[in-house]
Amino acid sequence: MRGLSLGYVIRRVGMFFFTIWASATVMFFIPRLAPGDPVSAMVTRLTSQAGRVEGSAALITAWRQRFGLDDPLLVQYLRYLRGMLTFDFGYSLAQFPTEVGAMVGRAMPWTIGLLLISTVLTFLAGTLIGALMAWRRTPRLLRWFLPVSLTFTAIPFYILGIVLVYVFVFALGLFPVSGGYRNDLTPGFDFAFINSVIQHGTLPAMSIVLASMGFWALGMRGMMVTVAGEDYLTLARAKGLRPLDVLFRYEVRNAILPQVTALVLGLGGIVGGTVLVEYLFGYPGMGALLYQGITNSDFTVIQGIVFILILTTVTAVLIVDLIYPLLDPRITYERR
Amino acid sequence: MAGITLTQQASGQRQATSPWLNPKLVAGLVMVALVLVLTLIGLILWDVTLARAASSPLNLPPFWVPGGTMAHPLGTESSGRDLLALLIVGGPMTLQVGLIVGITSMVIGIVLGFAAGYLGGAVDAVIRTLSDTALTIPSLAILIVISAYVRQMDVTTMSLIVALLAWAGPTRVIRAQVLSMREQGYVRMARLTALPTPHIMFREMMPNLLPYLAASFIGSASGGILAAVGLEALGLGPQRIPTLGMTVSQAIQGSAILRGMWWWWGTPTIVLMVIFIGLFLVAIGLDEVVNPRLRGVRG
Repeated sequence: MRGLSLGYVIRRVGMFFFTIWASATVMFFIPRLAPGDPVSAMVTRLTSQAGRVEGSAALITAWRQRFGLDDPLLVQYLRYLRGMLTFDFGYSLAQFPTEVGAMVGRAMPWTIGLLLISTVLTFLAGTLIGALMAWRRTPRLLRWFLPVSLTFTAIPFYILGIVLVYVFVFALGLFPVSGGYRNDLTPGFDFAFINSVIQHGTLPAMSIVLASMGFWALGMRGMMVTVAGEDYLTLARAKGLRPLDVLFRYEVRNAILPQVTALVLGLGGIVGGTVLVEYLFGYPGMGALLYQGITNSDFTVIQGIVFILILTTVTAVLIVDLIYPLLDPRITYERR
Repeated sequence: MAGITLTQQASGQRQATSPWLNPKLVAGLVMVALVLVLTLIGLILWDVTLARAASSPLNLPPFWVPGGTMAHPLGTESSGRDLLALLIVGGPMTLQVGLIVGITSMVIGIVLGFAAGYLGGAVDAVIRTLSDTALTIPSLAILIVISAYVRQMDVTTMSLIVALLAWAGPTRVIRAQVLSMREQGYVRMARLTALPTPHIMFREMMPNLLPYLAASFIGSASGGILAAVGLEALGLGPQRIPTLGMTVSQAIQGSAILRGMWWWWGTPTIVLMVIFIGLFLVAIGLDEVVNPRLRGVRG
């Protein structure tokens, strides 16, 4: 494989496991650094919410035993790591007999779908806007309009989402308010269900796309400016190639590759923003589940979802990092 | 050809004035300053106790809408808080979070970035691995776990927690700059004359880093506010003080949007937008100050 040395792959995969281990470890120790333990913390919260909880002392002892909180720390830690690696997150504290793994499994397709579609759309829209901003033949009207579209970038996803709900749901009545599909439909591969999913997903996706495309546009503009001075462009123009050909086949093609690295840096932010967007739209994904977990002080759910979110992000970044040298023959990881 | 001459003239004119008078930079600073000054004036002139629940009549619209009164110029929400008072209390809080996160992560970034870039070797390898790790993790996720366990959350605690995860970006930027600066003539010269290392770092190199430091300060400040507003929205922010994110979040839970109470979610949203867009303009402006090539491109 050109540009992809074995040493780099090993180092990169090592980083992947290190990141997962480090974040899992942080999540293990944070609750134990806090005064008290997760169980009595939960009972305290329940007490403050519900007035008082029947037999809270007995509850604490029972839970402590169930979670093995009286075992030595190292034993707890190793058991925890094994649980995380086998996707066994234990039971939900709030909805007891349900396993966290099952809850996350149900929510995951929604989040992954929303993330995938909106990230691809964002990448395409942002890159195109960035390219047009730097292109010298862009019509004057567009030149004024494009930077305005970037101001959305400064606004957090979910704040923009609120404005979108106001405009498209309250004022225009175009889209449903919340949820992932109409309640009276059964999930399946039929037209009505898919149509409903698209209708419910449009606004959440739109708030992610509008709010994050500027990030790509700015990066693309920077790269286009760098490419603009290259001799091969002068040659291409001198050859009499059509301006659009020069733009897409020479300028954009050379400027777009570093954008892939921007994807790596931006992904964590997009995942975090999606959590809030799902909460706002009541989308049945992991973000909404996470919010439920927080309001119920359901620590096993919080832990499970956060671990999956981190795992997903880190895996996506690993894939991009490994594909990147194959896409761009100019990049080699020979050194180091 | 005409186009080229025009741009050359334009950039020629700009070089005559200081690059720090960049219009975007100035506009952004004015926007942020406006929020700060107006809320500080508000703290003096307006009765802030109206931000407490049940201190005012419920669900009043702003004064220019029929039914509104001058006693509550921006209206009130469903638990009887005055929105003007909420904004006056929440606005400076939001800026305070940005300030603390920005300063903390920049200081960590300077220390680690200089250590990695200047010392190199094993120190560099460790710091680079750590910051790359921190960058790929969705920090909001970790923040949620931490905040879920902190029972007494106040603005400073929240800012410090956010800052703990915001240092990676500045560290990377500063490390890269130090790395390229280390090999430049004046630094080599300083090393040859056996100046003490701290002197070289802080007296010779630091002044040249100022624009980058400013840019990473703004970047982490706005990232910090973003994370803080997210935590507040999820109900993990400070509980005793009304923050902007909490107000918006309560408006959503009270389905203010569908009840047509736009002032409830709208006014804090506008303040947040002014802050975010202001910081964004400052960031772009600084980018253009640092990177003169971008100044030639309109937009």
